[in-house]
Amino acid sequence: MSNATIKALNERKLRDKSSFRETVRNSLTMAYRGLLKIKRTPEQLFDVTLQPIIFTLMFTYIFGGAISGNVQNYLPVIIPGILVQTVITTSIVTGVQLREDMDKGVFDRFKSLPIARIAPLAGALLADTVRYTIATVLTFTMGYIMGYRPEGGLGFVFLAGILVIICSWAISWIFAFFGVISRTASSVQGISMIILFPLTFLSNAFVPTNTLPDLLQWFVKINPISHLVTAVRQLTNSGTIGWDFTISLIGAGIIVAIFAPITVRAYMRRA
Amino acid sequence: MNRTTSKRTVIENKDWAVEAHGLVKTFGDNRAVDGVDLNVRAGTIYGVLGPNGAGKTTTIRILATLLKADAGSAQIFGYDVEKEPQLVRQLIGVTGQYASVDESLSAMENLIIFSRLLGLGRTDAKRKALNLLEEFGLMEAAKRPLKNFSGGMRRRLDLAASLIAQPPLIFLDEPTTGLDPRTRNQMWETIRRLVNEGSTVLLTTQYLQEADELADRVAVIDRGQVVAEGTVNELKESVGTSSLHLSIQNEQYMQEARLMVERVLNVQSAVSTEGGKITAPMADADRVTDLLITLREAGIQLAELSVQKPTLDEVFLSITGRKTSLEDETSATSNKSNKKEKLI
Ligand SMILES: Nc1ncnc2c1ncn2[C@@H]1O[C@H](COP(=O)(O)OP(=O)(O)O)[C@@H](O)[C@H]1O
Ligand SMILES: [Mg+2]
Repeated sequence: MSNATIKALNERKLRDKSSFRETVRNSLTMAYRGLLKIKRTPEQLFDVTLQPIIFTLMFTYIFGGAISGNVQNYLPVIIPGILVQTVITTSIVTGVQLREDMDKGVFDRFKSLPIARIAPLAGALLADTVRYTIATVLTFTMGYIMGYRPEGGLGFVFLAGILVIICSWAISWIFAFFGVISRTASSVQGISMIILFPLTFLSNAFVPTNTLPDLLQWFVKINPISHLVTAVRQLTNSGTIGWDFTISLIGAGIIVAIFAPITVRAYMRRA
Repeated sequence: MNRTTSKRTVIENKDWAVEAHGLVKTFGDNRAVDGVDLNVRAGTIYGVLGPNGAGKTTTIRILATLLKADAGSAQIFGYDVEKEPQLVRQLIGVTGQYASVDESLSAMENLIIFSRLLGLGRTDAKRKALNLLEEFGLMEAAKRPLKNFSGGMRRRLDLAASLIAQPPLIFLDEPTTGLDPRTRNQMWETIRRLVNEGSTVLLTTQYLQEADELADRVAVIDRGQVVAEGTVNELKESVGTSSLHLSIQNEQYMQEARLMVERVLNVQSAVSTEGGKITAPMADADRVTDLLITLREAGIQLAELSVQKPTLDEVFLSITGRKTSLEDETSATSNKSNKKEKLI
């Protein structure tokens, strides 16, 4: 049993804190764990794979005729809308899984290891960007198959994808917060849906704002999701970076600035 | 593993692996740990013996920096678990009561991830994982997901994961509960090996026999309090002697045999109600020889003869003056103790 030979006590050098480099290393290892888990349980990816496909088909054929006259004209409106809605909804999973993870025995081991306390949280948030990427690619691919040819060209489509992924990552901090403080995984899911459902549907994602009653119009216009949807439309359909692009990034920044510290604090108290 | 050493420290206390004083932890109005003192000498196996719900897991979680005590203090090799948890974590390996490995990953992946977290490079982590899998007989199952692992395999993997950093102190929370006798014996072997190589082991168990097999010293814990502490022999002496059980082939000589037992051993005996079995305390092992000779001379043939050591029940009966009353609450508490504290 050579490798379990115990190092003599006085040969050990102890560190009382993780350095920044170790923190990054630990977080990357935890992210790698997240990716392995996705690979091992691909059924976890049902939401990010099925939702873009089904929603794109459904919304396009149900609303296409009514809103834009025909399906082809509706695609430039609906694809950015569905993209934003799908990817942001996906970010709920971050909170739910974080909760599930923290309830498992393996979390005790992470807590008993001399690693950066923040690593499991940071790793989870990092690994989930892979989900957002999958959802983004699938939505654009679905759109392409149905005939969507974004005028902005591939470069701007790419940029739009990145923008959506960044914003979803920012929003995932909100759900991570609920994940850390909640009692059960299903309550995380519940709270998150209650917040997200109105935000995504009461936006300009699926319908033009001017068809709505006044009060709704007011809400839709201040809804940050609407700004993100508009920013994506401008990028993909005309290759322009407008004010909405900036607003979206600022919004993402504000969310992270608020939720990252309180999530980390709540998490550290429990970890 | 010690590349970026921001601050170097030497081990403060090499004699005592664990020193805990007056640990208290309450959950609501349940005093799960109620003033526990524990002192574990480095290089020994220490057993914490107690029935389900006694507070063993809670005590270990406090010592392993997983839970904050409400009162009291604990040092691991001289480092305070509350003030210097990050130092303590570099000196311990924890094998929890409930598998602390990742269910959805394979054994190999689990060990690689823990090794990487402990600072090993990619190739070193892989080598370490392979070595441990080999050592714990998990090689064939290395790539399979843990879902199909038996209880014994899971336990072994769990222990392997605790040994990656070769920690000088290892916590084992009920390492053999639920294992079949063969796997349990293997686990005992492993634990003994660890200590031979210089580790200190603090283990909890519900079985007196296990403590007897392994531990140098034992603390008996009940309702969150240490009710007895000492070597296993001291403990047994306080409990009393083993008992002799014998049954004879021809039951018509029962009464005769019983009289001989009482006369030769000079004790009171009892006959079990299922019939056919005589039970008597065995204070002096030498006299059993005399008894056997006497029985043979009288032509009474034995069907079975056994000596039974005191059970945990008897230990409790003698120390606390009552039966392990917790036994009937067993199922309820084991469910509860599985849960963690929640915030909302
Ligand atoms: N997280 C917890 N929340 C509430 N009660 C708990 C918790 N953990 C343990 N307990 C209670 O504390 C007591 C001691 O539990 P535990 O330390 O798990 O005992 P043992 O490991 O000896 O079986 C039990 O009554 C158990 O129900
Ligand atoms: Mg326990």
